[in-house]
Amino acid sequence: MGRRILFITTDQQRYDTLGCNGGLLSRTPVVDGLAADGIRYERAVPQSVVCMPSRSTMLTGQHQATHGVWMNGVPLPVDAPSVAAVLHDAGYRTALIGKAHFEPFLDPFERFNENRVASLGTDTIEAPQYGGGVGPHRGFDHLRFATHGATGYLHYAKWIAAEHPEAIGDYYSVIDADLEVNAEGLGDTGAPQVKHNPIERDWYHTDWVAQRTIDWLGGLDADDDWFCWMSFPDPHHPWDPPESELHRVPWSDVDLPAGYPESAAERERILDAKPAQWRRWYDGTLVSNYEAPPAWVPAAMTADQVREVNAMNAIEVELIDEAIGRVLAEIERRGWTDDVDVIVTTDHGELQGDFGLLFKGPYHVDGLMRLPLIWRPAASAAVEPATVTAPVGLIDLAPTFTQIAGVATPEWMQGAALPVSDTDAQTRGIDQQLTAWDSELFGVGMYVRTITRDGWVCTTYLPGAVHDGTEGELYSLADDPLQRENRWDDPAVRSLRDDLVAQLRASLPPEHEPRLELEAPV
Amino acid sequence: MPVVASVRRQQIINASADDVWAFVGDPTTLPQWFPGVQSAVVDGDERTITIGAGIPLPERILTNDPILRRFQYTVTGGFFRHHLGTIDVFDLGDGRCLIAYATDAEPDVMALVIGGAAGAGLRELKRQFESGEHDDTASGRA
Repeated sequence: MGRRILFITTDQQRYDTLGCNGGLLSRTPVVDGLAADGIRYERAVPQSVVCMPSRSTMLTGQHQATHGVWMNGVPLPVDAPSVAAVLHDAGYRTALIGKAHFEPFLDPFERFNENRVASLGTDTIEAPQYGGGVGPHRGFDHLRFATHGATGYLHYAKWIAAEHPEAIGDYYSVIDADLEVNAEGLGDTGAPQVKHNPIERDWYHTDWVAQRTIDWLGGLDADDDWFCWMSFPDPHHPWDPPESELHRVPWSDVDLPAGYPESAAERERILDAKPAQWRRWYDGTLVSNYEAPPAWVPAAMTADQVREVNAMNAIEVELIDEAIGRVLAEIERRGWTDDVDVIVTTDHGELQGDFGLLFKGPYHVDGLMRLPLIWRPAASAAVEPATVTAPVGLIDLAPTFTQIAGVATPEWMQGAALPVSDTDAQTRGIDQQLTAWDSELFGVGMYVRTITRDGWVCTTYLPGAVHDGTEGELYSLADDPLQRENRWDDPAVRSLRDDLVAQLRASLPPEHEPRLELEAPV
Repeated sequence: MPVVASVRRQQIINASADDVWAFVGDPTTLPQWFPGVQSAVVDGDERTITIGAGIPLPERILTNDPILRRFQYTVTGGFFRHHLGTIDVFDLGDGRCLIAYATDAEPDVMALVIGGAAGAGLRELKRQFESGEHDDTASGRA
């Protein structure tokens, strides 16, 4: 009997939405408690700021270039390396409950396992494994899937259809009649992707994910080793939490976030100092990727809309915190608490009003790149509580899981087990993280490479639809925490910039061969 | 900005253009290589395919030219306001061929949905031909 692992992810959650990270809008006592007892990371960085590549990094422990999932819509090969498979082979019971998204959602041909398993009615699907042979899909012997809403092929949608069909239409429709991300606003302010959702709280996907996790844990033997990835679809848009919970954070009481310049002239001045895609998206003259509504023009967003989005997001974060509390209570009831490592993080952030923008895209700044990451090691491991400021990445999760399990870390993992202190990080040379973005949407190519190191974020652009390859961004995280002053062309930091770019280029990981194809929009 | 979304996928297959065309130019073979297509029923220039969850999708065959080795069709139902699918098989002159599958569609997203699946279909064709699954029926070797 070893250490068990509860791996909790949310979707598209900012660092500053947690109380332990200084957030004031959401009450998150459960995660704050985990942070107090464990390790809180102040600079956790995703290797991609979109779902499928980032989640593939968590599963494989590889950079986007290496696992090959370069954008949403590119499926992770079914026989890709998987830390869950490593743990499964080591005797762990393995479950993935909630949002997976290693394979595209928009799949009318139902050709991907994630979209087939609920219809099959099986716990998992036998599938090819990395290195040969067959085994449970990506190493998980229990799969229960959910995403943002109640339609589609996944378990949650089928559960709603069977148990509460009257609630199917309660959710906001993420996509519109043209299958584009919906720009409609159905709240109080007209903010896109907001709706007052009349669904019962108990039926909402956050509580469904928690309950299915509790159910799975309840079926395990007391001495089973287990790895459970509990993956909440929120607080990713749509922002449509149960209407009964709106009282928690009245949007009209919400202060505007620090990252939102209230003056349009100031927003435009800041954006104009950044590479061209920033201002062009703000003005509605560029659609570079599928992840934001093409019919929505950020420049038209009002301050009240920013308030409403932040309020709805905060409510969703609170519901997740309470759901985590329920699962931890079940773990306590089973007597496992001292032998369970709990890790809480997300796949990427959300702009949430920063610079007058929402959603995500080729924008490598803190809104999307600074993530919540908490590791509460099992008490039996006797790890001291700490705050780590060294840059760590989601790529480091998989080797952390193998280390916890006492399993050899496979050579294909490219990260390092998370440091337990800054001293540990320094000793082991953990001092930089890489992030990449590649998108190609109907002839619009965008290729971005970023290094986070020495308190700076340095971003380079490869030639593409709106870049000639000479552009860049350089921000001091200490002096410019909102990343408003692009110092790429500042002669005073030219040598630093050159060093960071050289280090970035020297660190680029090997690329997947052959290049994987985009097979769906998302 | 362009008004019609267009997606193209292609594969070089180590098989003759005639052999590959003999297979893909037959509109009833689609379920054997296009992922998620369960059946294809052809009646004159009408083809009805059944996808994923048993949903029928009517199509009209527009071109089936064995000299050009070009097959074109349009989906006449479902989400589409406009659709044109084009499959071309080119002889590379060295015993290999290039097969290209282009999808033009409106709404734009459907070009990615169909085009993306077509890419997987072409990879499956390549696998089938290069693993010898079509050797018994290939022209000149039957």
